[in-house]
Amino acid sequence: MPNKTFFWFFLPTGLAMVLFIGLPIISTGVQSFYAQHDQVVKEVKKCDPFGCTVSIVVDNEETTKIREAKPLGKFNGFGTYVDRNHLATEEIKKFWNETETFGEFVDQVTNLPFYKALIFTLTYCIFVTPNVLLLGFIIALSLNAISRKIRGPLIFGTILPMIVTPLVGSLVLFWMIDSQGIIGANIQNLMNDPYLSLKSSKTLTWITIIIYGIWHHSPFAFVVFYAALQTVPQEPIEAAIIDGASRFQRIKHIVLPHIYPVVTFVALISLMDNFRVFEPIIGFSAEGSAQSLSWLIYDNLVNEEVILFGSAAATSMMTIIGIAILLAPVLVRTWKEFKTAR
Amino acid sequence: MRKILVTLLFLLFGTSAYADCNIKSGSINILANDFPALRTFVETSKQCKGSADFKVTHSSEHNKIAVPALTANPSEFSARIAANSSIVPLMNQDLIRPLDDLVKKYGKGIQDSQLITIDGKVMAVAFMANTQHLYYREDVLKDLGIAVPKTYEEVVAASEKIRSSGKMQYPYAAAYKAGWNLAEEFVNMYIGHGGEFFKSGSAEPNVNNAKGVATLNMLKKLSELSNPDYLTHDSEAIKVEWESGNVALMTLWASRSGTLLDDEGDPNITKATKLTGPATVGGGNIPAATLWWDGFTLAKNRSDADAEATFRALAHAASNKKMVADAADQAVWLVEGFVPGPKSIGVIEAVKMGAKPYPMLPQMGLMHGALGSEIVEFLQGKESAEQALKDVEAAYTSKAKEQGFL
Repeated sequence: MPNKTFFWFFLPTGLAMVLFIGLPIISTGVQSFYAQHDQVVKEVKKCDPFGCTVSIVVDNEETTKIREAKPLGKFNGFGTYVDRNHLATEEIKKFWNETETFGEFVDQVTNLPFYKALIFTLTYCIFVTPNVLLLGFIIALSLNAISRKIRGPLIFGTILPMIVTPLVGSLVLFWMIDSQGIIGANIQNLMNDPYLSLKSSKTLTWITIIIYGIWHHSPFAFVVFYAALQTVPQEPIEAAIIDGASRFQRIKHIVLPHIYPVVTFVALISLMDNFRVFEPIIGFSAEGSAQSLSWLIYDNLVNEEVILFGSAAATSMMTIIGIAILLAPVLVRTWKEFKTAR
Repeated sequence: MRKILVTLLFLLFGTSAYADCNIKSGSINILANDFPALRTFVETSKQCKGSADFKVTHSSEHNKIAVPALTANPSEFSARIAANSSIVPLMNQDLIRPLDDLVKKYGKGIQDSQLITIDGKVMAVAFMANTQHLYYREDVLKDLGIAVPKTYEEVVAASEKIRSSGKMQYPYAAAYKAGWNLAEEFVNMYIGHGGEFFKSGSAEPNVNNAKGVATLNMLKKLSELSNPDYLTHDSEAIKVEWESGNVALMTLWASRSGTLLDDEGDPNITKATKLTGPATVGGGNIPAATLWWDGFTLAKNRSDADAEATFRALAHAASNKKMVADAADQAVWLVEGFVPGPKSIGVIEAVKMGAKPYPMLPQMGLMHGALGSEIVEFLQGKESAEQALKDVEAAYTSKAKEQGFL
């Protein structure tokens, strides 16, 4: 496609992207450098059905004046980024000087909210992404091999986890692993431990969420791989069969290289999706044991009645940077291949 | 046939009783939490809507919607049913209007004690009181010869006795769901120990002390006697546990007693369910519970006509003797003419025992939020009480700095 044609072809999409993705990100970025103005409070008498007390309220007249003068808030630079609830640079320095062993230092750091969330998010990505790729590929291969007559219904059944709304899917599993649910109660019987709870143990909660993640995301990998498998040319495979190649050898040397670009694509999309893991935490009521970066943003925006825009914006920006770092190796590789191809 | 007759009679009397309340114009849109008493309240106000447009959103997620919805201009809702804690963010952001003029003009039946005044201005009209108190299974306690517990130490002893008798594995329940609910339990227990959340006259946190540690240790003891899934249980979940007969002692909101004691579920359990006041803790004499009021506030960013229509409809319910007589079981109404029944014991005992109201401070929401997420690891046995409280103070301090309180 000539560059000019491509430009006009891409323009509407590009404009929409700038408008709905680019500008909001810039606005979030700006917001992350600001904090709320110092609160002006005053002492007043408060009376309710249980009696009167003297206590403080926010002085709205004064606050309105300050807000009108500087609507964005107080400039805070990277203040929000480095505070305890985010990168916690000062705390980490302190821990480094105060702790004696490295293990103790790690314990202290992973107790900080941002690092706690980062570790869960990364663990989730590391376990879910490869398993989704593997499981999706195996399902695609199996379904590709069976009789066409029953393939339709089987494909539908396989993509069901993707069709089910994430929250509903996680809620169903949540009820099943309840200590009186079908899975929870059976595990208790099996382990002979009446106090075993999948929901109260941190490790078990993580495992549950990861298994749920694999279950939920595999169909996506399957659909893409299945489509790619339809494009694998038959001649080389037939030739390989005549040469006596085993099924495994055929997959390794012919099928995989052929669908390799698609694998990269699925890996990219899965990584991005998994880095933003959020719904299962809400669905499993797992806030106590598992927090992700997206959950931190959500928590800052809704959980406290007082909305922390600066905090949420800073975490958002760091999530974007995190995704960029994760994707960098794959992107660099694709770029190199693209250049050599030309 | 009888039903039809009753309905007809109701309609007849209904129309005559509400004839005075005929609102000509305006639009009413109410945001409220979701429990039976609030539904009754809103339904009662709907009866007098006249020709005004009437909408209502009942949601247990009301806290998350309120501030954004009322910040918009014009605001999505003309009224918000709030409580001690949820009125604070609305005050902080200047989102609700003073009601003095409207009270003078249309608030005839509203008692002075119902008015929430801040700095001399009426900001809300309360209509019911609430608290968390103890529920117990009379049959289970009687069988084992246990007296009704008056302190949390006795609750622990009683629960241990029930467990060792083999009757129940997890005899105690309270809403310990990580987040708001868990923090609320801490707030109750800390106040029961005589704790103050902030250093006097400032927004500096003050929970990392002996009282805080005692509070956490008591919460932990109770959690060990609860269903192991306690960190995911909210009020609704423990209500279900109770109705399945798995629990003999429970701390739950007074406003839930109505649905707990209704005709649904096992009649034997319902019959044996008894209410008593909130427990004290650590030898203190005030209960480990907070008093709450529920009342209505009006959005500032909404036309005066809408505010007037909304106030008239809600004031009608907030002064309705028939409603409090009919729904005496659902709540402890603060409305004139309410005769407390057996289901109001919890709140009345709490008031008698000198329970404190939930602190109505601008920065309390941040403290509540920090508590809800930072004490979880202590309950899971992953960290010491001192470390957990240190984390609470640190998390609160960062947020309070960003929010401009420190």
